Amino acid sequence: MSETVDLLIIGGGPAGLAAAVEADGLGLSVLLLDEQTEPGGQIYRGIESVHPDTLTVLRDDYAQGASLAEAFRRSGSTYRPGATVWRVDEDGSVAYSQDGKGATATGKRVLVATGALERPMPIPGWTLPGVMSAGGAQVLLKSAGMVPSGRVAVAGCGPLALLITQQLISAGANVVALLETTRAGDYLSATPHLFGALSAGSYLRKGRRMRRDIKRADVPIHSGVSDLAAIGEGTLSAVAFSRDGARTELAVDTLLLHIGVVPNTQITRQVFCEHEWYAPQRYWRPVRDDWGATSQAQIAVAGDGGGIDGAAAAALHGRLAALDAACRQGKIELAERNRRADPIRYELAGHQAIRPLLDTLFPPPQDLCAPPDDATLVCRCEEISAGDIREAVALGAMGPNQLKAFTRCGMGPCQGRMCGLTVAELVAQAKGESVEDVGYYRIRPPIKPVTMGELAAMADD
Amino acid sequence: MFRRLHDAGGQSVTIDFEGDALQVGAQETVAAALMAAGAGHSRTTPVSGAPRLPFCMMGVCFDCLVEIDGVPNKQACMETVREGMKIRRQDGKRRLDP
Ligand code: FES
Repeated sequence: MSETVDLLIIGGGPAGLAAAVEADGLGLSVLLLDEQTEPGGQIYRGIESVHPDTLTVLRDDYAQGASLAEAFRRSGSTYRPGATVWRVDEDGSVAYSQDGKGATATGKRVLVATGALERPMPIPGWTLPGVMSAGGAQVLLKSAGMVPSGRVAVAGCGPLALLITQQLISAGANVVALLETTRAGDYLSATPHLFGALSAGSYLRKGRRMRRDIKRADVPIHSGVSDLAAIGEGTLSAVAFSRDGARTELAVDTLLLHIGVVPNTQITRQVFCEHEWYAPQRYWRPVRDDWGATSQAQIAVAGDGGGIDGAAAAALHGRLAALDAACRQGKIELAERNRRADPIRYELAGHQAIRPLLDTLFPPPQDLCAPPDDATLVCRCEEISAGDIREAVALGAMGPNQLKAFTRCGMGPCQGRMCGLTVAELVAQAKGESVEDVGYYRIRPPIKPVTMGELAAMADD
Repeated sequence: MFRRLHDAGGQSVTIDFEGDALQVGAQETVAAALMAAGAGHSRTTPVSGAPRLPFCMMGVCFDCLVEIDGVPNKQACMETVREGMKIRRQDGKRRLDP
C-alpha cells in the first residue's frame, strides 16, 4: 500500500506534533509516522496515560505536552503509531514497518522530527545490568510510573541529570548521590547576576532551583568528579569516582548516566543531507535554513534533530517548517508565510538567546567524549573497547568507516547510535586531527533492522 | 531493580517470563515489565556472553533484545505487553529472521 500526502512527518514529539497541527490548519494533508504507541516523543512520553500522582512529580514543563497532544488528536492528520521508519529516499518516499508489516508512503515534503539521543557516556562497567541511561529511567517514570527500588546514584552533567535526580527524589526513590562531572553548579551560583541580565535566564534559574531542591532533600551533590566507573560482577554493586585527589566507592543498585543530548541524525544522514560539526557541544547537525529546509530539496528537519534547542523551541521549529511546506505547495503566498512566521520567530528568539552562551560554557567532558582507559567498551553491540579503536588506528585505519572493517564497531544492531560520536572522537585524538575532519559513519538503509517477513508483507500488498 | 509507584488496578495482564507468570500493567512495555520483575538480565551478548539489561528504554541501544512468542530479536522497550505473551531471554546470537 503506497499513499502520497502533502507533508509526511517522521516523529511524534513536540516538533512533529506542532508541525502536524499547523500544516493541517493550512490545508495540507498530513501523515505522521511515529515509533512510539502514543504521541509526545520522549520528552512528553506517556503524556496521555500518565498517572495523576506521577504527573505531580514530573511538574509543569512536562504537563505542557498535554495540550499539544490534544491539538494533534483534534487535527485531521493521519496518525500511525508504532511505525518504525527504516528508509527515506530523496524523492520523499518513506519505508516503514508497523505491526510486523512493511509499507511505503510518499511525502511531497518530508519533515524529519526524530529529536535527540542521549550522548553516549562510556565509562568502565557501563554495560553492567543496573547501569542505565538517565533518560531511560525517566521513560520508566513517565510511561510506567516506576522508580529504581534500591540505592540510586546519578552521574554526569546537564539539565536532564539534575531533573531526573529531583524527580526521582520527589517520587520517593532512594537517591544517594548526584555525581557531577563538571563544576557547573559552583559556577552558576557564583555568577547569578551575569545571567540574570539575559532574557532567557529562566533556564539557569530553573537549574539553581533544582539543585536547591536536591540539597534540601539531603542528597549530596559531588561536583567535579572524574574517573567514574561502574563496579560489579555480573551486576552493578558500586560506583567509583575521584574527587579532589581522593577515590571513593559508593554502594549502589542503580547508576544512571547522562552527559547531555545530541541530534539524532540517522535519517538525515541516510538520505544524504549535508551535515556540519557544532564545535561548542561537539555534535553533528544537518545544515538547515531558517525554515528547517535541508540540502535535500524535499526534506526538512525540525526540533532537536536539527540542533539542540529544547522542547519549547522544537514545537516552534515544527510550525515554521509547516508554514514553509504550505508555501512551497501553493497553499499560502510567500508574504503570508513570512507574516505568520513573525510571532513564532519572536518567541523562538527568547528560547534561543541563551543557547550559544550555555553551549560554550558547558561543553561535554572531554574524558567522557574520548575515554582514556583502554578497557572501556565503546561499541556496546560488538563489544569493542577504546583500546581496540586506538590499536586499529595505529594499524592504519583512516576513519570511522574503515574502523568498521578493522573492528566491526558500529556494525551491530544499534548501527553506531551508541558509539558513533565516541569513535570519531577517539580517532581524532589518536590521529591529532579534528573530529570534523575525521567524519562520521556512513549510514545506510535499513536504518533499523527489518525482517524478511516485513519485506514479504510489502510485496503482498 | 525498579518498582511501581501505584499498582495497575484492574488494568493488568499476565505474561510469562522464562516460565514464571508475571502480573504487569497493561500499558507497560515488555522492558518495563522485566525491570519491575527484577529479571537480573534480559539477554547475553553474542560476542562475550555478558549479561545485559535494557539501557536506553527508547529504541536506541538494542540491549533489550528478547524472544517474544518464539520470535527472537524483539526490542523489549518497543513492545507493549499482551495477555499471555511469552518472553524468553535471548542468549547469544540469534537468527535475524523468524
Ligand atoms: S532498551 Fe535500548 S533499545 Fe530497548
